[in-house]
Amino acid sequence: MSAALRILTALASGLIFGLGLALSGMLDPARVRGFLDVAGAWDPSLVFVLGGAVTVSGLGYLLSRRRARPVLASQFDWPSKRRIDAPLVAGAALFGIGWGLSGFCPGPAVAALSTGARPVLVFVAAMLAGMALHDLGRRVVARRNAPHGRAPA
Amino acid sequence: MGTYFPALAGGLLIGLSAALLLLLNGRIAGISGLVAGLGRPGRRRWTDAAFLLGLVLGPPLFALLAGHWPQMRIAAGLPVLALAGLLVGFGTRLGSGCTSGHGVCGLARLSPRSIVAVLVFLATGMLTVAAVRGLA
Repeated sequence: MSAALRILTALASGLIFGLGLALSGMLDPARVRGFLDVAGAWDPSLVFVLGGAVTVSGLGYLLSRRRARPVLASQFDWPSKRRIDAPLVAGAALFGIGWGLSGFCPGPAVAALSTGARPVLVFVAAMLAGMALHDLGRRVVARRNAPHGRAPA
Repeated sequence: MGTYFPALAGGLLIGLSAALLLLLNGRIAGISGLVAGLGRPGRRRWTDAAFLLGLVLGPPLFALLAGHWPQMRIAAGLPVLALAGLLVGFGTRLGSGCTSGHGVCGLARLSPRSIVAVLVFLATGMLTVAAVRGLA
């Protein structure tokens, strides 16, 4: 029962997220790049998107701190990493370059799949490839660092 | 006023979505993480897929309510979009999140990792736009 409710909640949350993106202007890469263009004709309107989103999300976070568990699940899935390390900074830096080049970040790009526009399909396909490339690379590095077979007695 | 009110209202909806997903399902609304998780079996797979399905249906719902599709002006050509997509996909996996996970959810928790990530991707995003304009 609660599994079905969790799926309905997720569907409704996704729908509200996509509706919010469409209303806010985040689906328009020209607007997003105008927001990033601080040295040119800066368009500050997306500050209101982030401000509104973080405020309500923050209220949700404060409410969640008063609960032992979420309403429909056994535990909160908090991120486990705490350290500010090189992968965090390098990854965010690469993401920002791709965001600036295209005006798309993952949420709007996935939401915009519904338009069926070819540039969106190309961007999302490349994004999935980039994710797969990262996960493949991590597996290769992990294998190289693992001890080789049995150690001599 | 013209673009600020829809921007704020849209932002409030995005925040509401993140708050609902957290309070009801205990899940962080980070889109890059949800997308990457689809490829791995796990108990979260179907709920994450349902969220992403809702996300894709958001713009058509907007079109139904507003009577027009949201504006979408894409200046970059296909090769640039492909390169950008690779960087966004690789970077969000390496950096554990994007605008939603680090921005909307991480900043709301005042997570030090997310604050650093947001400052870094805003900085490189702004530098990239400035560089592209300088070359054009």
